[in-house]
Amino acid sequence: MNTIKAIDTMSKNKLVKVTFAIILASAFFTSCKPKDSSDAVSGDAAQKVYVAPGKYDEFYNFVSGGFSGQMSVYGLPSARLLRVVPIFSVDPQSGYGYSEETKPMLNTSNGFVPWDDQHHLDMSQTNGEVDGRWIFANANNTPRIARVDLKTFKTVEIIELPNSAGNHSSPFITENTEYVVAGTRFSVPPDNANGDVPINTYKKNFKGYLSFVKVGKEGQMDIAFQIEAPGVNFDLSHAGKGKSHGWFFFSCYNTEQANTLLEVNASQKDKDFIMAVNWKKAEEYIKAGKGKKIAAKYAHNTWDEKTHTAKSEIRTSVLVLDSKELKDICYMIPCPKSPHGCDVDPTGEYIVGSGKLAALIPVFSFDKIQKAIAAKQFDGQYEGIPVIKYEAALYGEVKKPGLGPLHTEFDGRGNAYTTFFVSSEVVKWDIKSLKILDRVPVYYSPGHLSIPGGDSRKPFGKYMVVYNKITKDRYLPTGPELAQAAQLFDISGDKMKLLLDYPTIGEPHYAQSAPADLIRNNGQLKFYKIEENNNPFVTKGEKESKVVRQGNRVDVYMTSIRSHFAPDNIEGIKLGDAVYFHVTNLEQDWDVPHGFAIKGADNAELLVMPGETATLKWIPEKVGIFPFYCTDFCSALHQEMSGYVRVSPAGSNVPLTFSLGTNLPATK
Amino acid sequence: MYKLSFFVVAFVMLTSCGDKKTKSEENAPTTTSSDEGMPAAPEAAPDVSTYDPNRGLGKFSTVDLGDKLDVAMAAEGDKIQSVKCSSCHKMTDEKLVGPGWKGVTSRHKPEWIMNFITNPDPMIDKDPKLQAQLEICLVRMPNQALSDKDARNLLEFMRKNDGVK
Repeated sequence: MNTIKAIDTMSKNKLVKVTFAIILASAFFTSCKPKDSSDAVSGDAAQKVYVAPGKYDEFYNFVSGGFSGQMSVYGLPSARLLRVVPIFSVDPQSGYGYSEETKPMLNTSNGFVPWDDQHHLDMSQTNGEVDGRWIFANANNTPRIARVDLKTFKTVEIIELPNSAGNHSSPFITENTEYVVAGTRFSVPPDNANGDVPINTYKKNFKGYLSFVKVGKEGQMDIAFQIEAPGVNFDLSHAGKGKSHGWFFFSCYNTEQANTLLEVNASQKDKDFIMAVNWKKAEEYIKAGKGKKIAAKYAHNTWDEKTHTAKSEIRTSVLVLDSKELKDICYMIPCPKSPHGCDVDPTGEYIVGSGKLAALIPVFSFDKIQKAIAAKQFDGQYEGIPVIKYEAALYGEVKKPGLGPLHTEFDGRGNAYTTFFVSSEVVKWDIKSLKILDRVPVYYSPGHLSIPGGDSRKPFGKYMVVYNKITKDRYLPTGPELAQAAQLFDISGDKMKLLLDYPTIGEPHYAQSAPADLIRNNGQLKFYKIEENNNPFVTKGEKESKVVRQGNRVDVYMTSIRSHFAPDNIEGIKLGDAVYFHVTNLEQDWDVPHGFAIKGADNAELLVMPGETATLKWIPEKVGIFPFYCTDFCSALHQEMSGYVRVSPAGSNVPLTFSLGTNLPATK
Repeated sequence: MYKLSFFVVAFVMLTSCGDKKTKSEENAPTTTSSDEGMPAAPEAAPDVSTYDPNRGLGKFSTVDLGDKLDVAMAAEGDKIQSVKCSSCHKMTDEKLVGPGWKGVTSRHKPEWIMNFITNPDPMIDKDPKLQAQLEICLVRMPNQALSDKDARNLLEFMRKNDGVK
């Protein structure tokens, strides 16, 4: 029953149509699946996800927001939504991308970009273990990587990637957060080449650039080098770890180099590749001066916690290594049927490729890859890159695991868990024996799955969350648009046990989790010290509040505290003025933000944290009286926290005045 | 009072978790999550009867005041109040958001003032005078994150404001 529904839900996908017959044929196998979800839930599931009021969850769970551009933060196992952190999309509720201070965060070489498609998250690691300092996020559409500081849960840095398009195989990191990588899913001519070429010159003119972004001690990002790789579709990646530290593995499809109807034309070959990149070797070449400095234009945006202000710099060059010329950086490993997920087990020995059109899972051995390279067990070259013989790199294949494997995570006990999009299930298998141990249906069509620490050297193999693309009949209907969903499993025993379903924001792709204490005890910021506020427009105390005119620019230095603004009466604003409200929240206590909104503003509100200064630009369009008020319920007198601005015609002689607490004498 | 009931609830929850644990070893979520999920009450004692309305609730038991005003300290206190206090308190006896400061050093002991300005929330829950004040002002005095030194300087400024020379 559910199988039929699952297929129905995917009918828009032609790929699925192709495999429809296969699934029907295998209906015999799937008929043993539970008839509905209640069959799949064991009796103590509610108890296992219950976190009593006032109690904390065991894990923080960071979930990519997909086409929402943001990141959501859940607690596990309760699945309570704790926060949504704006990263690549403007967020009117916090003023992110609307306030003058935050606008530069979304600057790019294309100008201000208010949205992106946020697919993957990777948490910083030390010695291959999640360390709770930062989380990195990719932007797929206008290629960028962001860094979120987990002390403030704020986006503090965004770097754009030149020469790239479709930054999908990102932002995966190395085991000591030396690098965070970016890739190219939609190969394009490099930025410094003439891009005005016929599209069908793909093979000649299009390239797939990979970026290695160095991460500094304080987290600061800098593109160390890019590798110019053949024009294919780089899809996903993961770093080697332990013995394979120093290598990075990128899956790619469309090695056919098609530029149209990829659905058919990029599915011709029996095998595409996983590209193994020896980044330590690349570092040596960079040191030896083999990198070519090429012109490029990309934005690097940083947030300053002392001035509460972002700045955007445009950079103008990158170092590039050519994969064709430098033969021992890149190697191609044949991988069946358009590989998607590219996952490395906790020991670093096994690299799992998931051919999304395949009915098997190849597992490659790092040791065998090294031997094959040393013994030159090659099967020719692809675009100048040596191709390792499939059997020479292969540890073994998981036979008949399901249809459409996508992603694999690990529990640290020698087991792997792989999602199957087409057959809508998760399969648990033993890495060494390659034997299938358990399988559970999911509702429906899973993409990624995530185990806390599940892509690190130290997984916390207690829970697994599966992110499903289609929910159809799982929740109360909400019109044509339905939420996507997560399903929480207990994986502490031999069998996977479904505990909970819950809807998510946007489209969740990859997720990361960490033990709660690692983050809540990392020095969480509770408020900004007003003494250390270096915003150039800060108002340190009501005595300093003022309104200053410079030509048509009016700066309002305003304070907020429970429960009034200072000043709260402003007159002498004229049509044609640009008014900047610089609101400083004088509170010095946790969880006391004040909002600021003014009638008719064409942007959003400000949400100002205690001790912070934020600026809203307002260009009045009409003559009249404009109220402003605090939007975040702050005290019993919150409703009183308001004020007025008087706007007069251009050329009016109403003097610029401001006041607080003075009811001006009425004029005639 | 509500704080007291939290403790009762917390006690019941803790004991009931303990019972469950014996039934199911895997009942990790509630048993492993931290007790610090309860609202923080760093200085609050559960027994209301021990509250000393002269001293208040906080880390200060006695404060040594000089015979004369420490002018430098009072000047520091003035700077702090202009940033963190003056939005709500006038220097006169007139109420703004909170009561005016005139006469505060004769109405309260120095340790009460120091405790209140560094530990406002727990004290508002206990102190009869503050409870009465809250009914008038309806805004709980915010915690303005004053260091001990800040608090002492502010007290000196309040003394200056009250005419100590």
